[in-house]
Amino acid sequence: MGMTITEKILARHAGRSSVSAGENVWVDVDILMTHDVCGPGTIGVFEEHFGKDAKVWDPDRVVIIPDHYIFTADRHAHRNIEILRDFVRRQGIRYYYDPDFVQGEGMPSPYRDPTATRYKGVCHKALPEEGHVRPGEILLGTDSHTCTAGAFGQFATGIGNTDAGFVLGTGKTWLKVPPTMKFVFHGRIPPYLTAKDLILAVIGEISVSGATYKAMYFTGEGVASLTLEDRMTLTNMAIEAGGKNGVCDVDEKTLAYVRRRSNRPDWTVETDDRDARYCYVHEWDLGAMEPLVAKPHSPDNRATAHECRDVTIDRAYIGSCTGGKITDMIFAAAILQGRQVKVPTFVVPGSTEVHADMLRLNLRGRPRADGEPSIHDILREAGCTMGPASCAACLGGPADTFGRLNEPIRCISTTNRNFPGRMGHQQAGVFLASPLTVAASALTGRITDPRDYVDGPIDTGEAGVV
Amino acid sequence: MQDRIRGRVYVLGDDIDTDQIIPANFLTYNPAIPEERKLFGRHALCGVPAPGAGLPDGRVPFVDQSDPANTRSDYRIIIAGRNFGCGSSREHAPLALAEAGVEAVVAEFYARIFFRNSVNGGYLVPFESVERLVEHHRTGDEVEIDPKSGRLTNLRTGRTYALKPLGDVAPIIEAGGVFAYARKAGLLKKA
Ligand code: SF4
Repeated sequence: MGMTITEKILARHAGRSSVSAGENVWVDVDILMTHDVCGPGTIGVFEEHFGKDAKVWDPDRVVIIPDHYIFTADRHAHRNIEILRDFVRRQGIRYYYDPDFVQGEGMPSPYRDPTATRYKGVCHKALPEEGHVRPGEILLGTDSHTCTAGAFGQFATGIGNTDAGFVLGTGKTWLKVPPTMKFVFHGRIPPYLTAKDLILAVIGEISVSGATYKAMYFTGEGVASLTLEDRMTLTNMAIEAGGKNGVCDVDEKTLAYVRRRSNRPDWTVETDDRDARYCYVHEWDLGAMEPLVAKPHSPDNRATAHECRDVTIDRAYIGSCTGGKITDMIFAAAILQGRQVKVPTFVVPGSTEVHADMLRLNLRGRPRADGEPSIHDILREAGCTMGPASCAACLGGPADTFGRLNEPIRCISTTNRNFPGRMGHQQAGVFLASPLTVAASALTGRITDPRDYVDGPIDTGEAGVV
Repeated sequence: MQDRIRGRVYVLGDDIDTDQIIPANFLTYNPAIPEERKLFGRHALCGVPAPGAGLPDGRVPFVDQSDPANTRSDYRIIIAGRNFGCGSSREHAPLALAEAGVEAVVAEFYARIFFRNSVNGGYLVPFESVERLVEHHRTGDEVEIDPKSGRLTNLRTGRTYALKPLGDVAPIIEAGGVFAYARKAGLLKKA
């Protein structure tokens, strides 16, 4: 009987030749990731059950990336960073990315130079950048968007503190093998769409619970035509359909990136067997798709941008693990270049590497020549308010968070969730959209189809490629 | 697990996500510190928009906020619709409900991570109802759950409803969480 990528990865990690959907298996975990929100609780569970002096199962397989509550004066948030620092010191954990500028009380002043700090920013962006993501592996993280890493052909999913505490002590967990849903995209991505439109189409089709307990496999030449970063947007939002994991095929783009970044030399590329079984198949033709939004208050509340053209907005937000990558910044900058935003527009790089690339690269994703504007320059000159790398207002957070919706306003955002209160105020309305649609809407103050501005292919060059 | 779970119910609708169960601005508390852990109880479900908070009428606070030290709810059982606990993977969500005194949730079905966290952390029992119960219960109704026979009885109306079997997670729930289960099964050394 044929197996899917997900089944093959789980079988190999369970020491079995095959598994099938619905079985519970104990697997060996390759990487465990945690951050500042769930790290302290996870450490608490670990120490409660294994003892204060217990050692983690493998310090080189534990990755800790503080990202959520960094630029805040909240004293508990600072205390949590101290808990992480103390733990990595005691455990000898190397892969800890410290916000070294968070020292003492009050609002920390952000890093000056994004290349001169240990701090990385949003964990799901930093994981592949720092070489912790490889095809065929199992990555577990105490964050639901851990599924992002499935874009690299691995099994990646979010878990809670108790599960993570268990993995810290044992390197193992139990998983139920999910049945796979297959989403096939035909054709090539047209210049007015990004992967965000594709995943909003999927979630609109199957609903926010349509993939509950299931693996979501994205395939077809349409997916192959996406940049690696845009594939991450697809798998990132698998959780918004309730998915356990999202996964893409491995190709030369994946291998080039992982070869350059991985801090381990070996990995296994798995592929779906021809006779693999799927519990659902849906196909799309990219040429027939339109720019989409998800209206408040649910990621499956799908409409075309065109249908929402009379909806006015008060704010635009470009950031997060979904829409704060360097290619997302180029998409936005391509539309905003030489123009002025009409509503306050907040820009938050997903990582310090994205931030550095925004300063280093030109609009075509290539190192800028002297005097040539950077992506950062273009966005700032268009009137955007620029912030440092972090989760920032994607999840609301403490009241002093950059870009947080502290009033009942309407915002169009490149982020992933628009549940009530997600970006701050409970009565605020959040529209989710691609960076192209968000940028076009920022220019007009109403929801705008990016085809009004995009007149040719947007070249993202070397941005995010290796 | 107890033989019977009895108490007043708090009724919610569909797609109650973890940001509504415990909004992100409270996540800086550390559940490993007892005084901070209690605060999750105080703020449990405070993110649910008022019209949907305590159906059918709404606007029912889950935890009485008039006493600034109160961290407990009067409701021990939650009845909800589809996809309860969707969104972020924060284990603070089932933990907050448990700290407020919730022993069981009865929903049509759950988002995967919330279900798993509830079971593995041993916080509360996530039952699935066979039919939709939201419209058959009012916030404040007294109900009794019999886990063995898989039944829930509304003591106001006298009607009984079937619950789905807990299935392969039953042994973990019985043990009280994944650590206790793993010790029993010999996967972990006894603490
Ligand atoms: S950017 Fe948003 S969705 Fe991504 S990890 Fe941070 S809070 Fe979660």
